[in-house]
Parts: sequence; C-alpha cells; structure tokens
Amino acid sequence: MTRTPSLAALRAGLETALDPDARAWLDQSLTEAADHKADSGQGPVPTWELRFAQAGRRCGPEHADDARLLLLHAARADTATLTRLYEQGTAAERRAVLRTLDHLVPGPEALGLTEDALRTNDTSLVAAAVGPYGAEHLGAHAWRHAVLKCLFTGVSVDEVAALADRARGDAELARMLGDFARERTAAGRPVPADLQRVLALTEVSAETSAETCTETSVETSAVEAPGASSTEPLTRAGAPTEPPSEAAPAASAASPQES
Amino acid sequence: MRIFDPHIHMTSRTTDDYEAMYAAGVRAVVEPAFWLGQPRTSPSSFYDYFDSLLGWEPFRAAQYGIAHHCTIALNPKEANDPRCTPVLDQLPRYLVKDNVVAVGEIGYDSMTPAEDTALAAQLQMAADAELPALVHTPHRDKLAGLHRTIDVVRESALPLDRVLLDHLNETTVKDAKDAGCWLGFSVYPDTKMDEDRMVALLKEYGPEKVLVNSAADWGKSDPLKTRKVGDAMLAADFTEDQVDQVLWRNPLAFYGLSGRLDLDVADTDATHEGNSILRGGE
Repeated sequence: MTRTPSLAALRAGLETALDPDARAWLDQSLTEAADHKADSGQGPVPTWELRFAQAGRRCGPEHADDARLLLLHAARADTATLTRLYEQGTAAERRAVLRTLDHLVPGPEALGLTEDALRTNDTSLVAAAVGPYGAEHLGAHAWRHAVLKCLFTGVSVDEVAALADRARGDAELARMLGDFARERTAAGRPVPADLQRVLALTEVSAETSAETCTETSVETSAVEAPGASSTEPLTRAGAPTEPPSEAAPAASAASPQES
Repeated sequence: MRIFDPHIHMTSRTTDDYEAMYAAGVRAVVEPAFWLGQPRTSPSSFYDYFDSLLGWEPFRAAQYGIAHHCTIALNPKEANDPRCTPVLDQLPRYLVKDNVVAVGEIGYDSMTPAEDTALAAQLQMAADAELPALVHTPHRDKLAGLHRTIDVVRESALPLDRVLLDHLNETTVKDAKDAGCWLGFSVYPDTKMDEDRMVALLKEYGPEKVLVNSAADWGKSDPLKTRKVGDAMLAADFTEDQVDQVLWRNPLAFYGLSGRLDLDVADTDATHEGNSILRGGE
C-alpha cells in the first residue's frame, strides 16, 4: 500500500526499465533540475519544468510518475512551484505533484492541492490525494469524506495511506459507513466490498493489533457478507459486434452548425 | 472496423455517445479546442477548457476504452475578441503537454486582420513545438478562405505536409490536395459532407492522406458518422484495407507527426475500477 519508496530505489528502478534514449534524457533533465535557479514563475518557463511536462512521451506513460517525482525532488520544488505545476498541469502532472507532497512539503501548506484533487471525480487524482500527505494533514471531516469518496468512486482503499491508524476507533466514520451501506441496500445495490474492511478497522480499539481486525465481526445488518461485489465497472471491452442504431433525432433541425 | 475519429468535441457529448462509439469500432479520438457555442469573455475560461481537454475528458474516454488526445489553440472566431487574445501568450505552455498532438483548430472564420495575426502566430508556435496543425476552413466564402489559408501556411515556418485542412468539400478538395496538405472531411447529418458524397470524393481523389471525421459537437451532429462512412465505402466496393487506411491509418499517420500518440487505454490506473463517471453509488 504505502508508496514513498526511497528516491534511490525509484532512480534505480527507472535506470533498469528505461531504454538508453529515455535514460539519457532523464539523466540530463535531472541535472537541469538540480542546477536550476529558484525563479518567481513570472519569466519564461524554466527548462526543467518543460521536462516535467514531457516526461510521459520521453519515458513512457508507465514511468512518467516516477520520472516526474524525481524531477520535482531534484529541483527541490517549493510549495509555490508545486502549486503552479499542479494548477498548470495535466491530470498526469497533477498526480505526480500530489505523490511528491509528503516528500517535499513538511507542513500543511499544500493541503489546498489535496483538497482540490478530492473535489475531482478523476479516480487517479483521488487515489493520489489519499496518499501519505493527505493522511498526515487532512482534518477528520475531510478525511472521512475522502474515504467515503473512494468507496463511491471505486478507488481501492488500499490507496488510503495510514488507513488502519486513522480509522481506528472512529465512531463517526463507522456511522457514515453504516448509513452508506443501508442506502445501498435500500436501493437494491451491492455494498462495496471495501466498506466492510474499513468498517472493521473502525471497530478496532487502540490496543488491538491490525492483524486481528479482519476477524472482527460486523453487526451492521445492512452490510453484506465479504465478497459482495464492489460497484460494477463501466461497460467497456465487451465490444458488441454490430454498430448501434441511429442516434435519436435531434430536437431541432435548425440547430447551429459551426464547428 | 477500427476507427480513429480525428475531430470530435467530446466535451459536448454524453457517456451514451462514448458507449455507442466504442460499439461502432471507435478506439481513438482527437478533440480539437474550439469555441463552445457561447462566446467566452476571459482567458481563464480558456484555461479551464484546456485543462478539461487534458484531464477530465481523457479520463472519461478511457472509461469506455477510447484513447483521447487533443489539439490546443485560440480558435479563429474568438481570436477576434480582444478580451480573449491574451490566450495566445499562454499557448506555448500547453503545447508541450504529452496529450497535445497538434495546434488547432486554427484558420479563418470571417477572414479579419485579427484572424490573420492569430493564424500566423499559431503556425509559428506549431513549428516551434514540432507539432502539426489542424486548420479549419471557413464556412462562409470557403474557396477564397482556403486559398488565403494555403498562402499563409506557405509563408509560415510550418511545411504544408504538416497541415490538415479540415471541413473540405467538392469545391475545395482539389486545391488542398494540390498544395500537399492532409485532407479532412467532416460528415454531418445536414450540412458539410454526407456519406455518399464522401464516397464519391474518395473514388475521384483516392484515399491517400484523406481523414474523415464526425466533428460532432453541441449542434446537430452524429458521433457515429465515421462508421457510417466506412459502411458506405464497403458498400461501394472499397476494400477493408482502404477503409482501414481512411478511418485508422491516415489519422494515425497525421497525428503521429507529433511523436506523442499513445493509444494504450488499458485503464486509467490498474489499481482501481475507475468508474467514478457513475457519480457514486450508481
């Protein structure tokens, strides 16, 4: 669950995974980032920030997160820089910023970015927002809503950093989970399997180890047995072979045609 | 039949459309930045729109197994509004983004001096960012607009073979082809091109460098028009390979000039189910 591998491990992993061109690009970009002078964000875009944007196509989308995280470290990006990169970033760039907050920002001053990500419905951003930085700094109310949002949107609670520690003994979270389970059941819909797990964690007292919590019985009647299917994935991949019928006729034949 | 719709405004479309497009064979789209029907009054509105094209919309498309890329530009219509032209200064920082595969839609609407300026400036930006350009040809005074567009491209740093001239028809296709540009055709229910006329043009001019799009947006339009053109081509005795060339390989080749196409949409993140489009609990 926990992210925050060491920088050396990240770097070593990329060195192995990248092809020679991408490796050379990353090495040079990290040098540029390390050498850059602090800037105000007013002038032309610093070279390393362009490299930050290009990481996906240079290193491949599967390695972009790690490459971006290393760049942010190498540049010693401060909160103002991280905020600018987040606000001007694609979803992938924003995810990289969120993942690096616990490394680079000691206090709660970047919490606004986490809160912004939790307002989105992009599951990759929500997942990044509930990482170690969110676990450290989100207030109780916002954190509970973040956990609930994971259940709503299908983000695995494995993504929630320090879940067991923060959920332990949280009666308010337990109430919210129970209400959610009853709402799902009343609608005839399955309760997300993860809900059971989190609910069990809330019932663990401070003295009980995390290992035994999974055995704790849950008495909320609305909660279904473990193994109940989580929310269904959207239709995809089951490609029908026939094209669908014509789209419904438009309401007005006089609609403008400027595109 | 695999389909790459090289011009569609998915921001204006529903998830039902994504579902139907996938069922019809659409696996990749490019969404050009354009106007929204309602004129914008400040640069910030553009930045939110661009961010959506680089964030939410590709996420939405991926839920349906469709790869989504975009083109970014200040469109010709709004280039005439001085409240919007500061957008030009911010475009370079968007053009470096991984998902941006061309500068566009640029071109002419009313052929004003402000449009001249925006077109020339953005052709230069395309050359600087090593991107191709998607150039809209005007609805009014179309042939004159096409000639003027080609003249401006000739004077720019961007080679004509890195330009896709869009919304072509019977009156403009020959000059666009002779200039060496990529040839875009928008197939609409009532206006622009239709399936049968498209097939006739393909017979006359061949499938080389021809791209067919639905240009579907918030107006009367149909996101399945690409598939319907493919079916009409087969009915007119084009081969499956020729259909694949027009509906898949040509768009891939044109936007591939950016070096940024990534058609893998296995999932937005392998670790989760990725169904937040359902707005929770559905």
